Amino acid sequence: MDAGLLAAQVVNGLQLGVLLFLVAAGLTLVFGILDFVNLAHGAWYMLGAFVSASLTAAIGIWPLAVLLTLPLAAATGWLAERLVARPLYGRSPLAQVLATFGLMLVIEALAMLVWGAEGRTVLLPAWLTGQLHLGSSIVLPVYRLVIIGTGLMVASGLFFLIHHTRFGMQVRAAAANRAMAEALGLDTTRLHAAIFALGATLAALAGALVAPITEASLAMGLEIIIIAFVVIIIGGLGSLKGAFVAALLIGMIDTFGRAYLDDIFRALMPLELAETAAPAVSAMSIYILMALVLAFRPQGLFPPRSRGGHP
Amino acid sequence: MRLKIGRLRQGLALMESLFLLMLVAAPWLAEARGQPFLLDLATRLAILAMAAASLNLILGIGGLVSFGHAAFLGIGAYAVAIPAWHALYGGGDWLASESGLFHLMLATLAGGLFALSTGLIALRTHGVHFLMITMAFGQMIFWLIASQETYGGDDGLTIDVRSTLPGFNLDDPIQMHMVAMAGLILALLVFLLVRVSPFGLALAGAQANAPRMRALGFPVFRLRLAAYVLAGILASWAGVLMANFTAYVSPAMTDWTRSGELMFMVILGGAGRILGPLVGAAVFVLLEEALSSLTPYWHLPFGLLLMAVALAQAGAFSGLIAGRPSSRKERHA
Repeated sequence: MDAGLLAAQVVNGLQLGVLLFLVAAGLTLVFGILDFVNLAHGAWYMLGAFVSASLTAAIGIWPLAVLLTLPLAAATGWLAERLVARPLYGRSPLAQVLATFGLMLVIEALAMLVWGAEGRTVLLPAWLTGQLHLGSSIVLPVYRLVIIGTGLMVASGLFFLIHHTRFGMQVRAAAANRAMAEALGLDTTRLHAAIFALGATLAALAGALVAPITEASLAMGLEIIIIAFVVIIIGGLGSLKGAFVAALLIGMIDTFGRAYLDDIFRALMPLELAETAAPAVSAMSIYILMALVLAFRPQGLFPPRSRGGHP
Repeated sequence: MRLKIGRLRQGLALMESLFLLMLVAAPWLAEARGQPFLLDLATRLAILAMAAASLNLILGIGGLVSFGHAAFLGIGAYAVAIPAWHALYGGGDWLASESGLFHLMLATLAGGLFALSTGLIALRTHGVHFLMITMAFGQMIFWLIASQETYGGDDGLTIDVRSTLPGFNLDDPIQMHMVAMAGLILALLVFLLVRVSPFGLALAGAQANAPRMRALGFPVFRLRLAAYVLAGILASWAGVLMANFTAYVSPAMTDWTRSGELMFMVILGGAGRILGPLVGAAVFVLLEEALSSLTPYWHLPFGLLLMAVALAQAGAFSGLIAGRPSSRKERHA
């Protein structure tokens, strides 16, 4: 096996994994505390990409554009929580998915009004477009390493926030037993808004980071949300740790499936069959993984221990 | 007050029945008005209503919020497109066929197997969990179809020869409409039969209180699985009709937003009401037709409407229009 190709695939898998985690983190936190499904979550991934693309075009400094995108995402996330999500807490999942499905269509149509149906490319500054040479055969794109680094930093920050700060303690308390947390004087309304805004910010960051590679497109939010669902289903609904493990797992499996499955199948079966089966299995690999995990652990890999407060 | 609501419901049911009759008479109505595109609209409506009725079976009676129902439409559609493609271009000996009965059989087999295998896994969970898992499996079909370059991949496949049915020529819009109406009425009859049967009553009981039904000795899991497979097969048949109607299939048919639209139809018409899917599909088709002719941004008003419907009926499991009494929310299924 070619070491250079292998290293490149590991980097690709890690990069996909951390981006998936950034999107899934908001979903799983909101679900953990509120039992709330937000189908529109992917919209912030898409918005992050488009807003950062426009800001980059306007001010010319990419890192600054990404930083400026984040507060905008937080503000719109907060607004969506106030207007759409809040009236639906504790309601049937059906009403929640219907409303957030509508919200997603609205955001997508608005994005189409503002940016048009075409995608937007994002130009990176020169210092991010280089290659990193390790030894003689391994060449890694700098920007993908930057994404992994940023993603891992944000992930550690998030874990610190949830497990070692007062805010995180409140989040965990509300997730474990909302009624009790409220009885002890916790203002869960503000907490919900904060978590929602945080989730939107993280998704927008992921979108802004991926845009220079894939370009910003209207459909990207629709596509990422399902994979993010698969991540939190495998990880266990409401578990941040589970989301992290599952995101990296899925990133790796998806990347390696696309890279190597074709060769493996060609070695194992007749060419004609391999040409049909390999793309099929690699397209379905993460869903097959989900099915396998669920067959043995219906609640996912790391189901949160306590889910009180919702009688 | 009670009486009034009863009257309202009767009136509504009457209007729905009249609408169903109008749909049957669509070929004559369209001809009388000299607008053949009305017939197209009516056929599309009938097929979508059939798919929605099959979703109503599990969502309305069983309370199973499946968000991957469009996958079955895609499976049925490709059960027409792939054999027809082979019949025309060779290859795939056992698959190649233009026979509509073969297409239906293949759709039954593929849709049933897919429902059985995913149902075995998804039905072990409930509520939001179930919803997300069905959604993911639905998207799996999307990617599976998109990955098959032989059959057009992302671009889809044009069906050059429609299914041959004994006694019917699907190339004729009027006969196509008749077959679509037959499909819709079949789905409605199946729904009605299930709802009044012991099977359907047990299913509804499991929606209201699954632990109690289990304690009474009902095999809740198997009942739900049976309903899920039945609904999947019916939706696959709707897919067979859809492929013959549009003469074009693509992975986009199975996109999860399509599943969302089907769910919208069921909810708007009132989950669990027999003719509800008809109303829901009618509202959807008319909205789509009217709004998308006005603006390419028709998802904006449509999305706002979705939000309004959901927010207005938040909490109730029943539809916007005179739904059945809402059942207790499922927490311990």
